[in-house]
Amino acid sequence: MALKDYSDLNELQLDVLREIGNIGSGNAATSLSEMLAHPIGIQVPKIHILEYNQVVEALGGPEMMIVGILLTLSGDVNGMIMFLLQQDFAHVALSSLLGTDVEGFDSIDEMGMSAIQEIGNIMAASYVNAISDLTGMSIDISVPSPCIDMAGSILSVPAIHYANISDKVIYIEDEFGHEDSGNAASHILMIPDVESLQKIMTNLGMDL
Amino acid sequence: MSKTVTVGISDLNVVRSPDVLVTYALGSCAGICLYDPVTHIAGMSHIMLPSSGMAHAAGQEYRFADTGIVALVKKMTSMGANPSRLKAKIAGGAQMFACVNNKELGNIGARNVIAVKETLAKLRIPIIAEDTGKDYGRTLYFYAETGLMKVKSAKQGEWIW
Repeated sequence: MALKDYSDLNELQLDVLREIGNIGSGNAATSLSEMLAHPIGIQVPKIHILEYNQVVEALGGPEMMIVGILLTLSGDVNGMIMFLLQQDFAHVALSSLLGTDVEGFDSIDEMGMSAIQEIGNIMAASYVNAISDLTGMSIDISVPSPCIDMAGSILSVPAIHYANISDKVIYIEDEFGHEDSGNAASHILMIPDVESLQKIMTNLGMDL
Repeated sequence: MSKTVTVGISDLNVVRSPDVLVTYALGSCAGICLYDPVTHIAGMSHIMLPSSGMAHAAGQEYRFADTGIVALVKKMTSMGANPSRLKAKIAGGAQMFACVNNKELGNIGARNVIAVKETLAKLRIPIIAEDTGKDYGRTLYFYAETGLMKVKSAKQGEWIW
C-alpha cells in the first residue's frame, strides 16, 4: 500500500520511526556531551504523529516563546527538519557553551544565535545520520536557520509549506538530562515528504 | 461587556461592537481585518495559502486568500454589513527564517500578502492600514467598537493601526 499521509503509517512503520528516533537521540546526546564538555543523558524519546495545532499546544500555546531551527533535506530524502527548543533547554545549553548566564531569550546576542545554530547542526546530523546508516540513503542537510519567536508563528512555516500534502508531522520529544541543570526537553519535527518516507520504508523492507 | 472571539488558523469570524476579534501568532500566514464603520461589524480571516487553485477541497475555503476573503465578505453581509463600505487592515506574511538556500520557502509570507491584496482589489475593498512582511510573528486584535487593529509582537513591541 502506498503511503499518502503520515496517518497511514501502521504500528510496525511507527516502530521503525521510533527506532530512528532512538538512534538519533542517542547520537545527539553523545554529540551534545562533547560540545558542552559535560555528560548529557537521554530518556527514550517519545514519537507521535501530530497535527500542527497539537504541536503548538504541546509547546505551551501559540504565543509561547521558543527557538526554532529549520533545516531542509535534499538528496535521496526531501523534506524539512525543525528543532524546537524551549527556554529551559536553550538556557542550559547556552549557559554551558558560552559560560555566561543566558536568562531570557531577549538577552541572546549574535554569539548566542550562532551557538544555537551549531546545536541545530549537531542535532540534525544526529537524526539524519541515523536514517542514512539504517537505509544507506544519502541525505544532504542545509545550513540551519534559527528563529526565536512565538511557537505559532514558527510552526506556520512548515504548516504552510506542506499544507497541500499533510497537516500532520512526525514529532519526536526528547528529554535530555544534565547533572547540574536538571532535565530539559527538546522537540524535533521530522517532515520528510511522503514520497521520501515511502522510500525510507521501502529501503528498510517495511513496504507493506 | 465585550467578549473576545478567537480566529484559528484557516478560519474566520465576524463580530459586532463592542466585541473583539483575536488571532494568535501569525507567522507567514496573513490576517485580514474588514470593517463596516456604520454598522460596526468587524470580520477577521486568518489565511495560510494564497490561492485555492485547482486543488480546491470542499470545506477548506477559509484556508486560502482568494476564497477566504470572499467568504468573510459574504458572512459580514449576511449579518448586515454593506460590502461597499468595507475597509481593510492587513497584517502578517512575515519571513520567519532567513532561508537563503530555498527561495520558495523564503517567499511564502510575501506570496500570501500579494494574494490578499489582489483579492481585496478585485472586491474593491481599500486597504487603509498594513503591517506585513519583516521577520517576526504577530498577534492581531481587532476592535469592532472602533475598527482599530492592534498588532502585538514578541520582540518589537505593539502598534495600533
